[in-house]
Amino acid sequence: MSETAAMTAEAKPKMAVSETDVAIEIVGMNKWYGDFHVLKDINLKVMRGERIVVCGPSGSGKSTMIRCINRLEEHQKGDIIVDGITLTNDLKRIDEIRREVGMVFQHFNLFPHLTILENCTLAPIWVRKMPKKQAEEVAMHYLERVKIPEQALKYPGQLSGGQQQRVAIARSLCMNPRIMLFDEPTSALDPEMIKEVLDVMVGLAEEGMTMLCVTHEMGFARQVANRVIFMDAGQIVEENAPEPFFTNPQHERTQLFLSQILH
Amino acid sequence: MAATDVHYVRDEMAPVLPPPAASGGLLGWMRANLFSSLGNTALTLVGVLILWLLFEPLIRFALIDAVWTGANREACLGHHGACWPYVADYFSQFIYGRYPLGERWRVDIVFAAFAFGLVPLLVPSAPLKRANVIFMLVVFPVAAYFLLTGGFGMEIVETANWGGLLVTLVIAVTGIVASLPLGIVLALGRRSQMPVVRLASVVFIEFWRGVPLITVLFMSSVMLPLFLPEGVTFDKLLRALIGVALFASAYMAEVVRGGLQAIPKGQYEGAMALGLRYWQMMGLIIMPQALKMVIPGIVNTFIGLFKDTTLVLIIGLFDLLGQIQSSYTDPTWATPTQSHTGYLFAAAIYWTFCFSMSRYSIFMEKRLHTGHKR
Ligand SMILES: Nc1ncnc2c1ncn2[C@@H]1O[C@H](COP(=O)(O)OP(=O)(O)O)[C@@H](O)[C@H]1O
Ligand SMILES: [Mg+2]
Repeated sequence: MSETAAMTAEAKPKMAVSETDVAIEIVGMNKWYGDFHVLKDINLKVMRGERIVVCGPSGSGKSTMIRCINRLEEHQKGDIIVDGITLTNDLKRIDEIRREVGMVFQHFNLFPHLTILENCTLAPIWVRKMPKKQAEEVAMHYLERVKIPEQALKYPGQLSGGQQQRVAIARSLCMNPRIMLFDEPTSALDPEMIKEVLDVMVGLAEEGMTMLCVTHEMGFARQVANRVIFMDAGQIVEENAPEPFFTNPQHERTQLFLSQILH
Repeated sequence: MAATDVHYVRDEMAPVLPPPAASGGLLGWMRANLFSSLGNTALTLVGVLILWLLFEPLIRFALIDAVWTGANREACLGHHGACWPYVADYFSQFIYGRYPLGERWRVDIVFAAFAFGLVPLLVPSAPLKRANVIFMLVVFPVAAYFLLTGGFGMEIVETANWGGLLVTLVIAVTGIVASLPLGIVLALGRRSQMPVVRLASVVFIEFWRGVPLITVLFMSSVMLPLFLPEGVTFDKLLRALIGVALFASAYMAEVVRGGLQAIPKGQYEGAMALGLRYWQMMGLIIMPQALKMVIPGIVNTFIGLFKDTTLVLIIGLFDLLGQIQSSYTDPTWATPTQSHTGYLFAAAIYWTFCFSMSRYSIFMEKRLHTGHKR
């Protein structure tokens, strides 16, 4: 605990959050699955360089919310503005946003028929039209950053879960995104592999990446988050800086949730 | 006393050893797999007996009692085995049908070019894949078309004169080459978000799957001319080709759709989140995995198609089987064993082609297998 606190004190000043530059703005967003009202009046503003952790019980709509940001899900009411681009049905804008927003999934979603290197070079080559050689250099750079360059020619099925998730992060980074979304990146991992993935994410945070992370790793939240958001039943229930959020939760639902995950 | 609390501490790490050698050789394998128990031994003996009962007469007919030389029926009369000189005499007709004798070199070139293009295409390590594919999909079909039909100073050969293995291969290869891409497009159409595209695909697929191939062929040869304006003729072989290709593509579409359904949603999301467009996602991520998964089904359809080509006989085209059957009317070789010999020959050729496809698909499946499945 004291170690984390020391790291927090050390790491935080390095991460500059912009005062004026808005990365993501969600205004009055609502979404329904059929008759089921999944997201209710979501309002959220993420500044450039800001790191936000989203937590909440299963089924509360966390995944749905961040998947709306890169249009894996369509919202029905309200506005989502990413990097100054308003999300509409316009395919061109959706493509533009997806190019700027990287996403890491709970189940990695690597492409099993391609090697690790090909997984990483695919989008730069086909979406960014980067020459193959350059794309491979970029890919190797990021694979080194996530500490698995030696696995480049293997297939995803030959790697451990932690390694696969690090590849997934590298694959996103190869597109040089300005914003990264994480949807429970460590929930499908064996305990001993969680740290290697969190370390990579902490590294990213320290470099000033704008991050929106759905996670229940509270140590990670304390270490890197500027704000923690608690969702329940499709709404944002509480929002606070990590220290007060964990030590002094206001809403009773937050208290209940925290008491359950922190024992 | 504290030391006794520890029950066991390893003081030397176990060395890494090579795996034990596979035991046994042929005898060991037989003992383990065929004679491991009383029941297994009994099954093995029954199996051997059945094989013997099946294959002994076949081998006797095809090899031991067979007649190998002769000029006409006299040689084979009174023998109970296959009449191979008849097949030898008719061999070129079984291959070319009534293709003019002096022009058969053109067919030979087509066969040779086909083999020349196909073999390196099938060998994964062969170089120049791109050039190879272009050759097979563009150069070869065009060249084959002109070589077989004529033009550019070559004598025109009506398709009515084509026959034998030539017709079988033309129909089968065209059907195979056309049905895969068509089937893919139809499968994608059936899963499309656009209602019109989806409906059109469903109607197409269900129509062609709902009618027997014989009906399709009859319709194309009997009904179609009624709808065409007076004087317009439409080559009979071409009509059969189109019928077979569309028929096979409907089946192919359903096979491919099965593969598409097995791809987890996460693969689509992973691809979309990276910014891939629909066709990029389908072509680079979804289709390669879906097709790989349904290789057995695809090859199954190919094999079915290859054998279904024999149905063109009923619209008056002479494929390999038709050509063999038509030779039965020749009094020169009329003997009691003639038809058996002919059918045996036909079966051997069909089996060779189909079995090769099957083996190749197994090879490809193994090769495309990546990583450990759990
Ligand atoms: N495609 C869908 N169709 C219908 N309901 C869905 C769909 N996806 C999610 N839901 C429902 O929406 C709610 C929120 O889901 P989700 O965003 O995945 O929650 P979380 O990520 O917080 O666990 C859940 O009740 C879930 O059952
Ligand atoms: Mg979720």
